[in-house]
Amino acid sequence: MAQMTMVQAINDALRNELKNDPNVLLFGEDIGVNGGVFRVTDGLQKEFGEDKVFDTPLAESGIGGLSIGLALQGFRPVPEIQFFGFVFEVMDSIAGQMSRMRYRSGGRYNMPITVRSPFGGGVHTPELHSDSLEGLMVQTPGLKVVVPSTPYDAKGLLISSIRDNDPVIFLEHLKLYRAFREEVPEEEYTIPLGKADVKREGTDLSIITYGAMVHESLKAAEELEKEGHSVEVIDLRTLMPLDVDTIVASVEKTGRAIVVQEAQRQAGVASHVIGEIMERAVLSLEAPVLRVAAADTVYPFSQAESVWLPNYKDVIETAKKVLTF
Amino acid sequence: MAGKAQKAQFDVKKTLKAVEEQFETLQILNEEGEVVNEAAMPELTDDQLQELMTRMVYTRILDQRSISLNRQGRLGFYAPTAGQEASQLASQFALEKEDFILPGYRDVPQLIWHGLPLSQAFLFSRGHFKGNKIPEGVNVISPQIIIGAQYVQCAGVALGMKKRGAKSVAITYTGDGGASQGDFYEGINFAGAFKAPAIFVVQNNRFAISTPVEKQSAAKTIAQKAVAAGIPGIQVDGMDPLAVYAAVREARERAVNGEGPTLIETLTYRYGPHTMAGDDPTRYRTSDLDNEWERKDPLVRFRKFLEGRNLWNEEMENEVIDRAKEDIKNAIKEADDTPKQRVTDLMEIMYEEMPAHLEEQYEIYKAKESK
Repeated sequence: MAQMTMVQAINDALRNELKNDPNVLLFGEDIGVNGGVFRVTDGLQKEFGEDKVFDTPLAESGIGGLSIGLALQGFRPVPEIQFFGFVFEVMDSIAGQMSRMRYRSGGRYNMPITVRSPFGGGVHTPELHSDSLEGLMVQTPGLKVVVPSTPYDAKGLLISSIRDNDPVIFLEHLKLYRAFREEVPEEEYTIPLGKADVKREGTDLSIITYGAMVHESLKAAEELEKEGHSVEVIDLRTLMPLDVDTIVASVEKTGRAIVVQEAQRQAGVASHVIGEIMERAVLSLEAPVLRVAAADTVYPFSQAESVWLPNYKDVIETAKKVLTF
Repeated sequence: MAGKAQKAQFDVKKTLKAVEEQFETLQILNEEGEVVNEAAMPELTDDQLQELMTRMVYTRILDQRSISLNRQGRLGFYAPTAGQEASQLASQFALEKEDFILPGYRDVPQLIWHGLPLSQAFLFSRGHFKGNKIPEGVNVISPQIIIGAQYVQCAGVALGMKKRGAKSVAITYTGDGGASQGDFYEGINFAGAFKAPAIFVVQNNRFAISTPVEKQSAAKTIAQKAVAAGIPGIQVDGMDPLAVYAAVREARERAVNGEGPTLIETLTYRYGPHTMAGDDPTRYRTSDLDNEWERKDPLVRFRKFLEGRNLWNEEMENEVIDRAKEDIKNAIKEADDTPKQRVTDLMEIMYEEMPAHLEEQYEIYKAKESK
């Protein structure tokens, strides 16, 4: 075991997979000799060579096409999109092409691609760096969408994502890269995609969340505990496919739920989670399922992040509404 | 207040002209089937020349029959190919089996001659997943609908070949309109930066649906767009099978020798509409222009060339026509006999392992389908 930040855990997973499978290729803007703008790929080109870990021209769509072409030649591409706000440039390669390849070829071709990309607010990035756009990915049949919130989850989920033979969008929250350290096994391990994790058990209320909001929710749960409320916090970890069984089991136990996301209310995946609860567990509900989400504006100018981004106080406020409904 | 215009420091007109002059049209056979460029003549045996003519005649018949089958409602989406036989088939003829084709939506003929069964091409047209399930060992992907996407993907396939140390190339096709897309530029630029063995073909048939090529760009040729990627560009007479073959063969040689990609512009024409989905070319094309290009027909000039060498006659041509018609009839029958698609079939080809939400839906549809 070693104490690792999420950046280190991701780096460790990438190293593991480069060793494990000669078809694994890492590429993107400045991921080679520079080791990535967040050092996620630090040291990997030196260790595995320019043939396996390489820089590309500055063009996201080209990177997407490159991934698809390399996959057609039997490689296992792990491209990086520098910031997920730049996904619009490569929307066709992701949502119009790789997500559909197995289907459109009747299973003749498949796309074992893992698109890694950072996102998320709280660190005063410039425009279109921090936007939460996972909702767009979740709406695309053929993709899997993974958002880890801890170093341990990040390593196990990334190894699983890379080994998956269908395209996975692996979103790394900027604020969580170096926010804290955690014990992470040095040997390889996997965490199944599509499985949520109960980060805290409770009996009065279920908080269903992901990404940086997991930590805000845990903080809120602690505060609520002091006031006598037992709160369960479910980290979705995979947003597509959703772990409906874990969500429903929790709601059936607690009878109350809120869904917490950093994305705007009209975006993200909260509505989808609520839809599943309504269809499957409405008879267990003591109160409506409410959402914590950002305002439906464009992502804030950096100085406005603190008033715009949802935080543990918003979680507490919404939790209380549901607890006292 | 505006001052007096300063004397130009750069002769921009001269610069433009100097670039354009580097992209003269390569032609080997003129409209009369005469060899006008002996030095560029590709080395092809008599058998190969006959085979190329056979494929062109066969494909012209395939186009005629496809239009007619489409009108009868026995085919779906169809983008006519008549006029582009030299551009499509002579370029494919210059490939080897291990080369990988990334076609656009009009490039079904290249796939067929690379090994895609005709019945599957018809299933593609109708909209059946089995049409796209390319047989193992046939190095093609089904026709790309998103114009330009095949270009960036081609750069990736070519880089993959380079990494594998394979002596093969990736070839892709787009049209004159497609050369305006961002992916067109990114594709050729990536392949250039990685020195990848790719051949990028632009079939310039002068129209993107109703928009003439002059409205796509102020560039005098599309071939010169290669300059932006720092790669060789060639403009060829796309109605001349020998010129197209020679250009692609040469690009292939360069690519497998590690010298990187080439952009080839073929000047061609489609005699038919853009697609069979209601496009009416009389709204945007004059009959004079149609007639001018019909005089350039690749079949006419190649027929004259071969007849002049006693390599072709009417009997041979009729034999090809009869064979094509027979094959098409059988392929349509085979397509008709293909089982109808079910929703469960579509679910099965989404992922390697079906996720829980699809599994749940699968059971619902399976129950519906068994009623």
